[in-house]
Amino acid sequence: MDNILLSVQDLKFYFIGNERVARALDGVSYEVSKGETVCLVGESGCGKTVSALTILRIIPQPPGKIMGGKVLFNGQNLLDLSEEEMQKIRGNHIAMVFQEPMTSLNPVFTVEDQIQEAIMVHEMVDEKSVRERCIQLLKDVGIPSPEERLKDYPHQLSGGQRQRVMIAMALACDPDLVIADEPTTALDVTIQAQILNLFQELKQKRQMSLLYITHDLGVVANIADRIYVMYAGIIVEQGDTSNIFHNPCHPYTQGLLKSLPGRAKRGSKLHSIPGTVPDPAHKPGSCPFHPRCDFAIQACGTEFPRVCDYGEGHLSRCPVLYENKVPKVN
Amino acid sequence: MLSFIGRSIIQKIITLFFVSVVSFLIIHLAPGKPSQVDPLNPKFTPEMVERFRKEFHLDKPLYIQYIYFYRDLLTGKTVSWKDNQSVLKKIWERFLNSLPLFIVGTILTWTLSFPIGIRSAIFRGGLYDRSSTFFSYLLISIPGFFFAYILIIFVVTRFHVPVIGMETFGLGASSWTHMVMDRIWHLLLPSVLGATGGIAILSRYVRSQMLEVESQDYVRTARAKGVPEEQVLYKHALRNALLPFVTMFGLILPGLIGGSVIIESIFSWPGMGRMAYEAILARDYPIILTVNFISAVLVLAGTFVSDVLYMVVDPRIRL
Amino acid sequence: MIKKDIKNLLQNTGVAPRRSRLQESWRILKGNSLAFVGLIIFALFFCTALAGLILTSGTKPVFDPAMVRLQEKLLPPLSSPNLETLRPEEIPKLGVYLFGTDDLGRDVFARMLQGAWVSLTVGFVAVGIAVLIGIFMGGISGYFGQSHIRVDQILAAFVLLLGGGLLAVGAIFSGSALLLIGSAYIFFSRWLKKGLGKQPPPKWMKVFFAGVISIDTLIMRLVDIMLCFPSFFLILTVVALLPASMYNIMIVIGLTSWMGATRFVRAEFLSLREQDFVTAARALGVSNWRIIFRHMIPNAIAPVLVSATIGIATAILTEAGLSFLGFGVPPPHATWGNILSDGKRFIFDAPWLTFVPGFAILLVVLSFNLFGEGLRDILNPKLKERY
Repeated sequence: MDNILLSVQDLKFYFIGNERVARALDGVSYEVSKGETVCLVGESGCGKTVSALTILRIIPQPPGKIMGGKVLFNGQNLLDLSEEEMQKIRGNHIAMVFQEPMTSLNPVFTVEDQIQEAIMVHEMVDEKSVRERCIQLLKDVGIPSPEERLKDYPHQLSGGQRQRVMIAMALACDPDLVIADEPTTALDVTIQAQILNLFQELKQKRQMSLLYITHDLGVVANIADRIYVMYAGIIVEQGDTSNIFHNPCHPYTQGLLKSLPGRAKRGSKLHSIPGTVPDPAHKPGSCPFHPRCDFAIQACGTEFPRVCDYGEGHLSRCPVLYENKVPKVN
Repeated sequence: MLSFIGRSIIQKIITLFFVSVVSFLIIHLAPGKPSQVDPLNPKFTPEMVERFRKEFHLDKPLYIQYIYFYRDLLTGKTVSWKDNQSVLKKIWERFLNSLPLFIVGTILTWTLSFPIGIRSAIFRGGLYDRSSTFFSYLLISIPGFFFAYILIIFVVTRFHVPVIGMETFGLGASSWTHMVMDRIWHLLLPSVLGATGGIAILSRYVRSQMLEVESQDYVRTARAKGVPEEQVLYKHALRNALLPFVTMFGLILPGLIGGSVIIESIFSWPGMGRMAYEAILARDYPIILTVNFISAVLVLAGTFVSDVLYMVVDPRIRL
Repeated sequence: MIKKDIKNLLQNTGVAPRRSRLQESWRILKGNSLAFVGLIIFALFFCTALAGLILTSGTKPVFDPAMVRLQEKLLPPLSSPNLETLRPEEIPKLGVYLFGTDDLGRDVFARMLQGAWVSLTVGFVAVGIAVLIGIFMGGISGYFGQSHIRVDQILAAFVLLLGGGLLAVGAIFSGSALLLIGSAYIFFSRWLKKGLGKQPPPKWMKVFFAGVISIDTLIMRLVDIMLCFPSFFLILTVVALLPASMYNIMIVIGLTSWMGATRFVRAEFLSLREQDFVTAARALGVSNWRIIFRHMIPNAIAPVLVSATIGIATAILTEAGLSFLGFGVPPPHATWGNILSDGKRFIFDAPWLTFVPGFAILLVVLSFNLFGEGLRDILNPKLKERY
């Protein structure tokens, strides 16, 4: 088990308001091994981003509160660290790329200022070598004529270029793990593909792990080694990419796969899962998916579903399908 | 950039022209006449009234009066109707009296409201934030004249120092330090009063700006880079939060001539506000119009300065 | 296939219970204790002012604010009247002088009651005028702002104005002639439009039909011009020049404070105009006015309401300031500002004459400010339904 870089264990994170408690994460566990690409998949609002922000502890508390669980990074529980120790982890060992390149870069500083800062807060380097490193980073992420771009302000760059700058910033200190939170959602389709390829390339070159958060199963198929499917604050299914795609064992995963446009027959109606994601403040204590589930039985509304093991690390939280031995995806 | 400056100067001159027309019309079309030419005034004989009318061009049609007035103003020859003194000279004297109030008030406003606002944004929801919020509402809501009397009662009964006027009357040949202290005491209350509203409003504004910026994505990015918390707040957040305040530097300018009528009349401070008040009472049109004109010029100059400043500070705006 | 158990599924569906907009607003308001206090004070003030109007007006008011009792002057609050020296109708109805008496022996409580109504009406009417002008100007500039005013329209307006001016000055003949020409032109141009139909106007007329300035620019320049005047100084000037009356003060405050509302409404309209529901309404053939009144004003009103609430506070302060300087409502009528102003001569002997009206103004203005801020939170959709 030495190979495991990050291990999130039974993480609970609630937002506590005046009158209601929103259970954003309800006991989430996942692991990322060294050099592995792990995808966290789910609809918007299911707690993907919150789980990433909790790893780095950059989520405002209050209103948020960690209610239990562990985040082990190289065997060290990040939740026990002091704020100063945590600052040394952020950017240096775990770096993050955010969803919105438009707003994630500070508009009043130049590209150089911002990349330089990422290096200078963790390492003592003289100015000249910092500059060289910035240029090298920009080259690595595929920005043409990096010397000139350094002096630009974020608003002078295009969306794709800004996301590349964000990636360069994340890579500045050679982190062990990069968390990418829907990095391509805000971009055009052609640029999405470029950024995905860039991630693949960088990962191979740099021997880093990647935790990729997305709602887009199409993206996942291209890059993931392993997949965790999240729904309403819990992991409903996990397994290797091929297992999840060819043998989904949770009704939610099945629904997600069926609603992929590429899989539908031409001319037929696209599949959609009826209903909406439950309000995190009024979640059922039982299986959160049962109100939308085609296979739900009475027990689904009363008991919290146990984990069912299909072997090869393929786990699912749907005992109904497990006992009925998985119906086929049509 | 240059074309922007040129365009906005032309625009401001046009605005100024209309302001001058409107203020002239308001003054001259309002019912009532200056006391010197009021036929009901027993102090003046009809011949004197006639002479005044001639002298002030009141017998001419309005547009001629307008041209005469602004010709005189721009060549600096306007005189007060009350005592035939040069208006500009009078304003300058009073301006020098108001200036210390303005300077002390502005310094107080700008030095106090930023720390207060930033602190309450950082510790939002805490005791400090809530009490500073409450006090700023209190200070915004309290009528200036009422607050003035509270302060006067407090200072007079507590410290036994007279605070009315610019200096204690008949102090004459006392020591140098005594004179200075006396001046400071007299200066302190009115300028504090002038600054309270400003402090309250500005610190609220600083706070909301800071909160707005703190929830932006780039602040989160900075945190994710491992930047220490103080650096996140004072470099990434503050730098962005301050942008709109740079423009407010320009808006200080009109305050130069404003002067508070109420505060200056409570403290018998012979400043601009009091002069304007007396001019209104006496219907001394030249002074009213000149004060109005100068303040309009300052307002326009202020907005111009703030536009230019904004372009200098915000890299996103380039023309 | 496994059958669904409908009954069971109805419980715990994970959907938040529905709450109406009113309930939601009430919840946010209650969460903001300062704003809630503001609302309560505001409601109390409203009732007091209304009661004050009823109790202090008429020929035989319950509390007579103008009753002079020279032997009872400058009594501190809660002191009881000297029953032997007073005629029966001079005895205050409450049995005590709740807020004391002033230098003429008038009951300060009665005067405060009377003054409450002045503050209330000045605040509401002045802001009402400002908001109406603001919505009108801002609406026109935001909705119709792109169309241009033509030369002939400017000429016609100029001719009409000149005619009216001449009439007012006394040149009856030339004035009415110009007025006639102006209105004839407007009538003529309507007829011309119908008559010409699709035909382009002849070349020489093109000069007259050329657009000069867009309505938006015109109104915004007007706002700029108004903003150039130092507001309190302008109000003071105009109030001083006009005959003293409560209505003049309301109108003048209203006419000098519409710029903020105009800007808000214009900004809202500009952004609403581009939104899909307006486009959809237009695509359905809804008329401009219906779009404005049904679809846009309800959506644009939020920031105006907030600024209006805070504007009432400012207007009350302005009126008090004017009264304090002696330009307010003419004397026998009491206002909070002139009670305070009268009391300033006795500031050390009879501090209640300063403190009672002072605190009353402070409390009311504070309540409007707090409630205005609370309203901003309620109307801010970002704050709704968060945790």
